[in-house]
Amino acid sequence: MERIDLNRVDEIIDRYSGEEGVLIQLLLDLQSEFNWIPREAIARISERLHVPKSQIYRIASFYKAMSLIPIGRHVIQVCLGTACQVRGAPRIMSRIKESLGIEEGETTPDMRFTLRRVNCLGCCAMGPVVVVDGEYHGKVTPSDVKEILERYT
Amino acid sequence: MPRIRSKEDLLALQRELLSKRDPNKTLITLCSGTACRATGSDAVAAAIKTELEKQGLTDRVSFKRTGCHGFCERGPIITIHPRGVCYLNVKPEDVPEIIARSVKGDEIIERLLYKDPATGERIVEESEIPFYKHQTRLVFGDNPVIDPTNIEDYIVIGGYQALAKVLEEMTPEEVLEEVKRANLRGRGGGGFPAGRKWESTRNAPGEPKYVIVNCDEGDPGAYMDRSLMEGNPHRVLEGLTIGAYAIGSHQGFVYVREEYPLAVKNLNIALEQAREYGFLGDDILGSGFYFDVKVHRGAGAFVSGESSALMNAIEGKVGEPRPKYIHTSESGIWEKPSDLNNVETWANVPLIIEKGAEWFNSIGTEHSKGTKIFSLVGVVNNTGLVEVPMGTTLRDIIYKIGGGIRGGKKFKAVQTGGPSGGVIPEQYLDTPVDFDELTRLGSMMGSGGMIVMDEDTCIVDIARYFVDFLCDESCGKCVPCREGLKRLREILNRIVSGRGEEGDIELLEEIAQVMKKASLCALGTTAANPTLSTIRYFRPEYEAHIKEKRCPALVCKDLIAYYIEPERCIACMKCLKNCPSGAIDGGKRRIHVIDQAKCIKCGICYDVCPPKVHAVTKISGKPVPPPLPESERMIERKGGGGR
Repeated sequence: MERIDLNRVDEIIDRYSGEEGVLIQLLLDLQSEFNWIPREAIARISERLHVPKSQIYRIASFYKAMSLIPIGRHVIQVCLGTACQVRGAPRIMSRIKESLGIEEGETTPDMRFTLRRVNCLGCCAMGPVVVVDGEYHGKVTPSDVKEILERYT
Repeated sequence: MPRIRSKEDLLALQRELLSKRDPNKTLITLCSGTACRATGSDAVAAAIKTELEKQGLTDRVSFKRTGCHGFCERGPIITIHPRGVCYLNVKPEDVPEIIARSVKGDEIIERLLYKDPATGERIVEESEIPFYKHQTRLVFGDNPVIDPTNIEDYIVIGGYQALAKVLEEMTPEEVLEEVKRANLRGRGGGGFPAGRKWESTRNAPGEPKYVIVNCDEGDPGAYMDRSLMEGNPHRVLEGLTIGAYAIGSHQGFVYVREEYPLAVKNLNIALEQAREYGFLGDDILGSGFYFDVKVHRGAGAFVSGESSALMNAIEGKVGEPRPKYIHTSESGIWEKPSDLNNVETWANVPLIIEKGAEWFNSIGTEHSKGTKIFSLVGVVNNTGLVEVPMGTTLRDIIYKIGGGIRGGKKFKAVQTGGPSGGVIPEQYLDTPVDFDELTRLGSMMGSGGMIVMDEDTCIVDIARYFVDFLCDESCGKCVPCREGLKRLREILNRIVSGRGEEGDIELLEEIAQVMKKASLCALGTTAANPTLSTIRYFRPEYEAHIKEKRCPALVCKDLIAYYIEPERCIACMKCLKNCPSGAIDGGKRRIHVIDQAKCIKCGICYDVCPPKVHAVTKISGKPVPPPLPESERMIERKGGGGR
């Protein structure tokens, strides 16, 4: 596994120096910096903020927005909010799962894609919605899936 | 900008800003909420800027990006003021024409106008479109005229004057009294009277006291809070500051879902500007009152929207609920008195102060006052945000404003209240919507999500969907919720996959009752509502799944089969080419046949079969007819109408 730059971790910790109740905000920042929360970063936070590692793992494993394993180059979010659900999102999800050969929350072995479900992005007018790397694809049908995935290498 | 030190200063600034703005100057506004950004609002904005420069109009025409207008189905939306011409579904390539013909000239571009689906009539002005015409937009109505990143836009329309009034003319007790008399009920779910909540925080012993905005809009299918926060953040902050004054709090928090990056961004800009202008910080508007606000981002956990869980999260702990023997209004963040209200509730406060409790009481029903914003979504024609007086009927919301069901399908049910709510079938469409009526029907208001379902929605699958959602989101701290949901999920999964047994429905009901009585927080006590209400109104549909192994809506994968009707197939090869599992046998002028053993039931064949042909069908509850013998599969002649 590649080594992470602890200076970047320190920078994020410094943003919150002297404040109370910052752990979640700090971990969110780490997540967006590294795309996951590496073990070394957790050790560093524990050391600098005098918080037990167990408490940090507890938070990082509780929240959906945080990942304790490295994720793929492209993150696919399939919206399964109720509005998308009634417009056929489950069929989109199963099409993507079948095409990539992975389940929800997993990453393809070539690290190309990580597949996630989200419970509503509030773009219900466009449903079913699939977001890849922050790009929104609206009114998706199962037959669009192949073409959408091909755009991300 | 010097800080504003009094109400007089504020009014003077408003006059000054108004005098600088020429009401006759052409103004283009472009809807730029999350949904419109997703449909290309950024590219349209870039095109407008380029085009205004190219055509030398930058001095004569202003351009503004606003928050969500609500008519998300037709975004991005452009409005050209002062005429109020409204263009829908605008694409970047339409922009040069719009600028040349409708901004430089005064022509109307017919094809971009709203077309009434019933009469075919084109409508020019936004306010005349039926979707808007039947609404009462008291809270949401300023969104289309405000650039949320510019505080002056809010000041121009009278923003922060309610706060100024409160600080100069009213005691905290008077403010509290006014909100109590207005009977403002919490817009986030339970409908608890906001004034009473404020009062108990105010009277609770302990300092400091905290006030909190709940923008953890977790109910899937609801996005009114996001749109308010993105499109009019100052209004929420003004309401919050008024509440802080009444309660005696000097520190506020806004808890925003991580999934709403634009709301976080606009809120942070608004906070900066409010501090700069003297609406936050020390000595607000020269009154000596001090108050400031911190933003806390959520991290993707539905249960964290529950009040005690949210407060745990603000403390930096895992966002799990705590037992509420003592209300959070008395012992909340760091065990100090904390008042939590939802975004829309706070946004109503300036309005009540400005227009008075009597006025507020004149709108709505006996026990639910004011308006409510609903997010009308699902299989309805006009998806979007709808603000109507409490007491408006479901039928008016879904048909008059929502334009009815998509594709001329039949209405089946509307789901309200998110995962804590329930479904409401057709016979109750004339129910006036308010807090109490929805509860009486076994659903609830929740935050205002309204998901319309048609005949193609399987009600058992919907119950399974919510249970699945909640199973994922249950924090697992208490047994009834954790285990109850798991068992509900097992049983429902069994039913939708054709393994349902006699007695399953009764078992679901029994587990639901225990969860209702014994769970720790509202997530658990309400978790069975979707299941119970679907059983209450759609029991025969459950029975069809269990007894006949049939899914009447033709949704449940394990209970349906795809079949090509040989008489209808024209051998166009569309399904064959698109089938991802190679399950379709056919060829030129050869009738296609699905190999049931290979079929993964993805439904692509059903989607791509031309609507006129409609050869691919779904079958449930009966055996699939045997495939046509090879010898009979050739289609004799072209254009012979089938075979």
